[in-house]
Amino acid sequence: MTGKTMSGIRVGIALAGAVAVAAPALAQNEQFIPNLVYRTGAYAPNGVPFANGIADYYRLINERDGGINGVKIVFEECDTGYATDRGVECYERLKGKGPTGAAYVIPLSTGITFALTEKTTVDKIPIISMGYGRSESRDGSVFQWNFPLLGTYWTAADIILQHIAKKEGGFDKLKGKKIALVYHDSPYGKEPIALLQKRAQMHGFETLFLPVTHPGVEQKATWLQIRQNRPDYVLLWGWGVMNSTAIKEAVAVGYPREKMYGVWWSGAEPDVRPAEDGAKGYNSAALQHTAGQFKLHEDLKKYLYDKGLGAAKWEETGEILYVRGLINAMLGVEAIRTAQERFGKKPLTGEQVRWGLENLDISADRIKQLGFEGELRPIKVSCADHEGTRTGRIQTWDGKKWNIASDWLTSDDSVIAPMVKEAAAKYAAEKKLTPGCLVTN
Amino acid sequence: MLGPVLETLIGGLMTGVLYSLVALGFVLIFKASGVFNFAQGAMVLFAALSLARLSEFMPLVLAFAFSVLIMIALAYAIEFLVLRHLVNQEGIILFMATLGIAYFLEGFGQTLWGSDIYKIGLGLPTNPIFILESVFPGGLLIDPVELIAAIICAVMVLVLAVFFQVTRVGRALRAVADDHQAAQSVGIPLNQIWLMVWAVSGLVALVAGMMWGAKLGVQFSLSLIALKALPVLILGGLTSIPGAIVGGLIIGAGEKLAEVLLAPVLIRTFDLAGGGIENWFAYVLALAFLLVRPQGLFGERIIERV
Repeated sequence: MTGKTMSGIRVGIALAGAVAVAAPALAQNEQFIPNLVYRTGAYAPNGVPFANGIADYYRLINERDGGINGVKIVFEECDTGYATDRGVECYERLKGKGPTGAAYVIPLSTGITFALTEKTTVDKIPIISMGYGRSESRDGSVFQWNFPLLGTYWTAADIILQHIAKKEGGFDKLKGKKIALVYHDSPYGKEPIALLQKRAQMHGFETLFLPVTHPGVEQKATWLQIRQNRPDYVLLWGWGVMNSTAIKEAVAVGYPREKMYGVWWSGAEPDVRPAEDGAKGYNSAALQHTAGQFKLHEDLKKYLYDKGLGAAKWEETGEILYVRGLINAMLGVEAIRTAQERFGKKPLTGEQVRWGLENLDISADRIKQLGFEGELRPIKVSCADHEGTRTGRIQTWDGKKWNIASDWLTSDDSVIAPMVKEAAAKYAAEKKLTPGCLVTN
Repeated sequence: MLGPVLETLIGGLMTGVLYSLVALGFVLIFKASGVFNFAQGAMVLFAALSLARLSEFMPLVLAFAFSVLIMIALAYAIEFLVLRHLVNQEGIILFMATLGIAYFLEGFGQTLWGSDIYKIGLGLPTNPIFILESVFPGGLLIDPVELIAAIICAVMVLVLAVFFQVTRVGRALRAVADDHQAAQSVGIPLNQIWLMVWAVSGLVALVAGMMWGAKLGVQFSLSLIALKALPVLILGGLTSIPGAIVGGLIIGAGEKLAEVLLAPVLIRTFDLAGGGIENWFAYVLALAFLLVRPQGLFGERIIERV
């Protein structure tokens, strides 16, 4: 059987699986989770592996454990194409499905996250924006329904700057240096600017902000400016084709890839492979995990792939975005499990799952038990901290694979916390919100 | 200062040539059939996807040959299934039909070939070339991929110009463009002519897809390159092959110079929020030309006698 036919069958299984689980009159002991994905469009090369990781984890929980404490997961995909309007449409269509409505929503887009933030407050459905979304949304007293788990963009930018400072011999050595940010001209791309400005003010380095318009296929002007301004480092905040184009353009203008640092959404295989050898030496932040298979894959093989139930090709299940999908789904499932301890082992409402997210506490032992050892560090969420952990690493592409290139780095909360407080207070004032922790009965 | 400006200008002109490659496909179909083919971008994607996926199983030359056959088959399918049934319909109806074809091709192309990023290994040099290093510090940078694209584009324009002006088929194409019914009445087989022009346009799409695919990798975004060709068409005119080339050069150079030189000044002067200007500036530039010459720089002025 050819690879093409196989992949067609896999897509068929993925779709049929999603529909088959979703279609039958939704029995009462089922937990519905909408899955906003993009398997088509300009961002599909990045969207597909992430969607596969999520689908496989939910299916694994059903196949191996019979659901979450016996409550079967029912999920349905809706293709947003990474477009905000379609994302909102998907959310509206899926939010009320299942016996208790959507448990949570994973938008996989900062733009869609921005658009849904006010809607989900009304609908009482939590948003899990793992590694993206508004940076100030970690303040759970204002953003009661947003959970930017594992790290915000301010955390990402801070980790990268810490790594650069370490290389240079300390933050004081950054004085007089020039750091450029090549960013997707969207809410996502603009997120790190505030942190970079703050750090620039503190340490005396110069910044250069260079926007790239969607989808980022034409970056000649940007990279000529890089060549002409000769920044000491370039930070890349791109997504999809913008990333690979940026690396190719860096090659074309002779900018050293060793001096380039992408955010964790600019550090996956589809970002570097098109540039082939040109990407060698390129760095990116790692959202804790990196590429490669690990303990959980034994179960994935046994319960899904050996039975032909996997959504991806087996050899792709160690890729960064697939692994990220697994982690994201696992955090959601664990939040439901946490909430079940309080509200009972039954399908839960979004409001109850929100409580589970806000009380999520995954220890190192539990991470090991879940099969994710080495992929992420303990996470403890609270009303004051919807991020749960702000630790990451730097990885470097060697032409064939990603290698970890730093120790664990934790963003400096003495810098970020006041920024979060100020931005969240401003948001609360604009929206006439009274900050406070939400009580769920 | 002169060095960076010249470098931006050269970079812009080179990129402009790549825009022209896409614009050429639009011009060919409009020139020969009066149809504004919205599906040209999707054809670029479809052609590039075919070439990239086929080249995984066979030598590139063979994959190119098969892709040519695929594009001819596609042209036949479009003519047989869509255009044949719309002879003598209003231009807007034909335009709407191409809109449908565009969405079909984008979706079908991804269903058939996949939506990952695929490679076209032309073996082009990627390291930059530097010229005039003794005159400007650091020299002026030339992207070798774009340089080769410029040469290919020049050759293609020459071939197309000869085809349209000298050959019997070329004259028939022009006759059809002027008036479907009149052309039919003098014995020009409309269906065959449409098939031919869509096939030629498919070949142009294949070359454009090959060059853009080699530059960016083959994936869905290639279909969005068509948006870059629109201001080129507004500026150069829908019926002129030289117009597509000159339009591409002006748009390419104009948008790059605007992004590098004008954007920082605008943002500083008016304390703007920032953001890239090259995308919309290309349209502003095209509109400015449109106000002076509505038919575009090289377009034919339409004179209707009452």
